[in-house]
Amino acid sequence: MSVTAFLTDSTLCIGCKACEVACKEWNDVAEDGLEFSGFSYDNTGAVGASSWRHVKFVEQAPVPGFGGNAADQSWTFSSDVCKHCENAGCLEACPTGSIVRTEFGGVFIQPDVCNGCGFCVVSCPFGVVERNQKDGRAFKCTFCYDRQKVGLQPACAKACPTESIKFGEIDDLRRKAQERVEELHRRGMDDAVVYDPSETSVAGTHAMFIIRGDPRTYNLPPAPEVPTIYLKKSWTSSAVAAGLLLGGALLAFLADGDRKR
Amino acid sequence: MSDPIPLRDEDPGDQRERRLEEIRREAEVRGELKVGGTRPAGAPFPQAGPETGYYGIPLLKEPPWTWEIPLYFFVGGAAGAAAVIGAIADYTGADRELVRHARWIAAAGSVISPGLLIADLGRPERFLAMLRVFKPQSPMSVGVWTLLGFSTGTAATAFAQFLGDRYGPSLPVRVLENAGQAASLAFGLPFSNYTGVLIGATAVPVWNRSAGDLPLHFAASGLGAAVGLLEVMGHRKSRALQALGLGAAIFETYEGFRIEGSMDRALDPLKHGTSGLITRTGGALSGPIPLLLRTASLFAGKKKSQSLRRMAAVSSIAGSLITRIAWIHAGHVSTRDWRLPLEIDRLNPADRPTLDRE
Repeated sequence: MSVTAFLTDSTLCIGCKACEVACKEWNDVAEDGLEFSGFSYDNTGAVGASSWRHVKFVEQAPVPGFGGNAADQSWTFSSDVCKHCENAGCLEACPTGSIVRTEFGGVFIQPDVCNGCGFCVVSCPFGVVERNQKDGRAFKCTFCYDRQKVGLQPACAKACPTESIKFGEIDDLRRKAQERVEELHRRGMDDAVVYDPSETSVAGTHAMFIIRGDPRTYNLPPAPEVPTIYLKKSWTSSAVAAGLLLGGALLAFLADGDRKR
Repeated sequence: MSDPIPLRDEDPGDQRERRLEEIRREAEVRGELKVGGTRPAGAPFPQAGPETGYYGIPLLKEPPWTWEIPLYFFVGGAAGAAAVIGAIADYTGADRELVRHARWIAAAGSVISPGLLIADLGRPERFLAMLRVFKPQSPMSVGVWTLLGFSTGTAATAFAQFLGDRYGPSLPVRVLENAGQAASLAFGLPFSNYTGVLIGATAVPVWNRSAGDLPLHFAASGLGAAVGLLEVMGHRKSRALQALGLGAAIFETYEGFRIEGSMDRALDPLKHGTSGLITRTGGALSGPIPLLLRTASLFAGKKKSQSLRRMAAVSSIAGSLITRIAWIHAGHVSTRDWRLPLEIDRLNPADRPTLDRE
């Protein structure tokens, strides 16, 4: 049993949305409306309870050799997904133990345990987990736990026609990501980088991305932090508050001469 | 026959004419147009980039909680502080009526709190799943267990109180009362402020930037509400309550200054817009207003003093509730600010993509 990961290479993505469709079909994810965003060809917007894969349509100022050499627009695509953090905010926050780490290293919400408290939603630094308002529970990418369990690759990776979504053993993919970025640099794309925030408290992800330029263009936070880092400060404040309340009440009542004794 | 009802207050045509005048004025003054405005069909799409993010689509998800949660914060805070006041008042031999009332407030809170918490769940029938595990790293888990201990303790105390009042004192009743009270005190202390940790240790910027202040802030808010409730119930002569009320009001005043004086852009929702208005209203009602009223009551005559304290009490109760609503509201606004998690700090408002989706 090996620890696995996704490597999503945006330089290979053609924006076909096969991953979104495959994910929805395999996992029986409900449709989330046919709505036009009205500002780009991206009508999904973001990953959420009913979109576990989401293809970003990144339209930028023209950059020669980047996204199709169009005169007025550079166009690239990038398939987004749950990052399956090494230190996962949702997993730490879950009060029911519904969210677990699987033997493949992914973060999995057990739908039969989740009671929809919503605390994972505010604890995800990537804004991935969402409560399905009709169902009441929280949902996100399962890393196709059921498929991995029987030795299959996740549905999105299997359906990807350009192998933009790669699936494999994590160390292997980390090495491949480096090699790919070096190759892209040799081919003149000096701005190609691997997005895998291992320097912050998130400590790396099981869903890495190869992107070009600034991660913010792709709605990827430059420095995501797992909310457990605030616990120490917050509980200290809580203990001080409790101490002050106890001491204050004792003092107030002891100093009050009205007491009958 | 009545006149036809106008669909809009104003003819949309007027608005568009005014807009054309605005554009002309700006062109005259600046020599160019920088406003976002509406983009005519065929104009370039908004672009993604390091300064414009991904079309300004928020990265973070909004808190899925409904009205039950701020109310739960308010009830829990007041009940927790009331339990502490009741226990300490009992141990120091204060007025029995005050002890009794504090216990009732705590017990009432311990019945309402779980109700609110359960009602907010996406799957209320699965509340018991919370009791499968105890996770110290999850403030929600710690809070649920604290609530359980608190509810048991305050319910036992109130029940013993009832038995004692009805059938007179006896040993088993006293044992139950003492054990219940010790538990209410032990659990009441964290219960009155843990909700500050609950929202402080999250990915929501306005909350986590205040992680070290929220528990203290919420504790003071809960104390103000508990003191207020006891005073409304008639304990307007207790000097101990007056002192505690003053302490809470002073801390809340300080907290208001801290928020207003902060340069942190993440705290903007507490100062601007609707959420800012709610925060300031709650802050004024919890801090300066009761502080002034209480100070005035110290120097007023007997009757006047009591009425001033009643006003301070009502103000603190309302302030505590509004403060909780304000923080939750600010959390929503904070998650909609797409710049914060992307660390895009100062940007000309005119360059914003016009996509702010409600």
